[in-house]
Amino acid sequence: MHPPNATSVIEESHAPDMGSLVLTRANLLNWLLLLLILVCPSAAVYSDEPNLSSSFLPHYEPDHGGAVGSSQDGRLHVFTVDYGYVQIPCEVTLWILLASLAKIGFHLYHRLPRLMPESCVLIVIGALVGAIIFGTDHKSPPVMNTSIYFLYLLPPIVLEEGYFMPTRPFFENFVSILWWSVLGSLLNSFGIGLSLYGVCQIEAFGLTDLNLLQNLLFGSMISAVDPVAALEVFEEASVNEQLYMMIFGESLLNDGITVVLYNIFIAFTQMHRYEEIESIDILAGFARFFVVGLGGVLFGIIFGFVSAFMTRFTHNISAIEPLLVFMFSYLSYLSAEILYISGILAMTACAVTMKKYVEENVSQNSYTTIKYFMKMLSSVSETLIFVFMGVSTVGKNHEWNWAFICFTLLFCLIWRALSVFALFYISNKFRTYPFTVKDQLIISYSGLRGASSFSLAFLLPVNLFPRKNLFITATLVVTYFTVFIQGITIGPLVRYLDVKKTNKKESINEEIHVRLMDHLKAGIEDICGHWSHYQLRDKFKKFDNKYLKKILIREHQPKSSIVSLYKKLEIKLAIEMAESGMISSTASTASLQSCRNRRVHRLSPAEVESMRDVLAHNLYQVRQRAPSYSRHNLPRDTNEKQAQEILIRRQHSLRQSCRKGNSLPWGGPASTMGVRCLSLPHGYCQPARRKARRVTFTDNYSSDSESVFPVTFRPQPRLRPLEVKHRQEELIPVARLDRLAGQSNLSGRRGNSVNRVDTLALMTKPRFTVGEVEEYESEEETEMMAPARPLAR
Amino acid sequence: MGAAAARPPPGLGALSDETGLSPAALMRLHERFQALDRDDKGHLSPADLQALEGLALNPLCERIVGAFFPAGAQRADFPTFARVLAHFRPAEGAPCEPGGPSSPGSKLRFVFELYDLDGDGQISYRELLQVLRLMVGLEVPDEALAAVAARALREADRSGRGTLCFEDFAKAVERLDVDRRMSIWMLK
Repeated sequence: MHPPNATSVIEESHAPDMGSLVLTRANLLNWLLLLLILVCPSAAVYSDEPNLSSSFLPHYEPDHGGAVGSSQDGRLHVFTVDYGYVQIPCEVTLWILLASLAKIGFHLYHRLPRLMPESCVLIVIGALVGAIIFGTDHKSPPVMNTSIYFLYLLPPIVLEEGYFMPTRPFFENFVSILWWSVLGSLLNSFGIGLSLYGVCQIEAFGLTDLNLLQNLLFGSMISAVDPVAALEVFEEASVNEQLYMMIFGESLLNDGITVVLYNIFIAFTQMHRYEEIESIDILAGFARFFVVGLGGVLFGIIFGFVSAFMTRFTHNISAIEPLLVFMFSYLSYLSAEILYISGILAMTACAVTMKKYVEENVSQNSYTTIKYFMKMLSSVSETLIFVFMGVSTVGKNHEWNWAFICFTLLFCLIWRALSVFALFYISNKFRTYPFTVKDQLIISYSGLRGASSFSLAFLLPVNLFPRKNLFITATLVVTYFTVFIQGITIGPLVRYLDVKKTNKKESINEEIHVRLMDHLKAGIEDICGHWSHYQLRDKFKKFDNKYLKKILIREHQPKSSIVSLYKKLEIKLAIEMAESGMISSTASTASLQSCRNRRVHRLSPAEVESMRDVLAHNLYQVRQRAPSYSRHNLPRDTNEKQAQEILIRRQHSLRQSCRKGNSLPWGGPASTMGVRCLSLPHGYCQPARRKARRVTFTDNYSSDSESVFPVTFRPQPRLRPLEVKHRQEELIPVARLDRLAGQSNLSGRRGNSVNRVDTLALMTKPRFTVGEVEEYESEEETEMMAPARPLAR
Repeated sequence: MGAAAARPPPGLGALSDETGLSPAALMRLHERFQALDRDDKGHLSPADLQALEGLALNPLCERIVGAFFPAGAQRADFPTFARVLAHFRPAEGAPCEPGGPSSPGSKLRFVFELYDLDGDGQISYRELLQVLRLMVGLEVPDEALAAVAARALREADRSGRGTLCFEDFAKAVERLDVDRRMSIWMLK
């Protein structure tokens, strides 16, 4: 798909589209100008700072009534400037704005996100801010200390990762992920630490004062991987689900494990007479590792259930639902930290547990708010950490030592590759679907370091680590190297290792058939389902349905997932879309006939290209089995639009076939099908209506029998006033449709020209589907059919 | 459900020979069949398949479901289910008879039949247009789509009849790696 797209882009850059190219350049210029404007005040702010007081006393309002510019000290000042009052919030806000502008610019130029991860941009911005601060000789550069990092900056990032984690693939690969994360971290930490200790023993490098414990600590810090940046690059290539999940799961658990190790080693270092560490202490260390880890998870699960339970009762005050979610997660983190248990793992477990039940309970708006706010918070946190990183890059706290730094880099790469191949070799023996060498290569190359390793280095206590600057420098070098060089080259590497595409252009035929086959394959995969760990998941599902869902989820929920799908999709958007479709259809239906006659003419290459373009932009995307995750963005919304269109079209075709009494694609007259006809025509299906028609839509994995759709009268009274109101609204557009449709030649071809003209009348249907009562449908029909009958031809 | 899943379905050996799927794969498929069959009827109905959320969002949902219920049938028993899915067994590296269900030829025929609804052995312009319409967004004007369909037909139609027969179709897709695209590795 991509090669035709690229060539068509090239061919498009001729005369008609010169304008858009110019426009893009103008956008870039505008953005640069804006950036400069923002940078200048911040530079000015920094250069002014040494002259001003940094007192925190509230400043007096300037008096506008008196004389201008009195210079005596005893007099009232008309204009006073007190920057110290707002210094910290002001600087933080400016940094965040600067980073946001940079991100806008980054995404404006559409080629960049494919080339490099977004972390690169953030680091550059951080370095820029650092350069400004350094250049203007800022007296009090911003400092990140332990409490700010661990209490304010880290939790949003962890929460966001835990919340957006795709649960099913995670639990399917859980054992592999656990094995890889835990043992991988341990192996990497100890490996790097011990190797560096070996290097430090060599006299020539001048590193002999670094003892074993310090090296081990450094090893544990530097092995904290942040592969989220790599995941963003994976979107382009078709990385399979298991690989994706391994990397994602690793990043999730890695933070927690690294921090635990870090704390254990710091505790060891603080035992002053460390030569006397006995084996009992080491055993205690191991035991503590497990207690901390598992305790954290347990805490998180408890808090997750409590918050899910709370959201059951919030349907009258839905504005506090996001608050509940965030506060409970944060509370789980804090209370775990009280007991020196891993707050990171607690928060992650809380987010994972909470998500499923909360999403069922909260209102649509709260759901959206939670998602967006989480992304926003984590984005801000990460930005700030990178700014700190940039600031300390262009600072004075460095110590360069060629040997240490080069060997660190080398050992990081070597040990990661070693641990990947060793651990995966063993786990492949137990997996049903082993990882290939190609997968392992990708995993070992995607070990990008990120904000967490820098933060841990920065927060080392100086009294215990006299050569802290060396560690900071080494960490910075490794981070820069991995993010820039590995981050930029991992995309091409993945694409190269992937299927080698033919360079020849695909013909139109091939494009169509390829897409058909991809959809077919996705559909068959859905039918086949997922096969690993079937029984365990089945048992959990049963337990979940029997007990947990009853306690934690609100009542009166529509039991079918198709209906909740409709809820999730924005119905308003569907109606707008149908209206715009209706307008364009009137023009196209008339020319349809003439188009058929055009078939015999030769088509110029330009027309072929434009056809290819039409296909490239408009073919529906195949449902991806591999999840896609990006820290800085929510998943794109185009899939929702596509899903709506497909569902709407299906309803329409069902309606058409019911109306004509035609056979549906799988044969058989419509009336005997156990399929829901969302709108019943007056004549044909009437005898069938009396049969109890039940449709149950379940999601992939549940096998419960209680999802049968109740045919009850309960919702009816509630929906009736709604129905009346909507009917009045819709009669008008349908009548309008009448006149417009009069001209067009509506043939019996299903789904072609009738498609869009009918969609408006059809569009109203989704709003009523929550009730799904047969009598309800029939009543609505008798009213609706009158104006709609001319369309029924 | 747990006890029933352990029992092998009748005729497993014969089915395995016929479809080329291994008995282990057939057992898993049987479990899946029973999971899909929500009312424990012993056979599948179209509603069972349509209840899958992922499939419901597939543009070709009706056609895929239709492949399991040929000629207007309303029930699909397990052998039918397995036979259809056998088309998606990866053929590479596995011994496969030229006429078997997972050979490239029969995979192609499966796809061909997705297009050819009336079963006359030819893909007409109208059928091509219908499939295209299913796969494309609503805002594409009909004339553009008709032009695309016409062009596709003309590219592949070597006999000049205005329809595609199976040989034309096979020739049109010969450059594509049909086997890889139509293989589900779980069925190996």
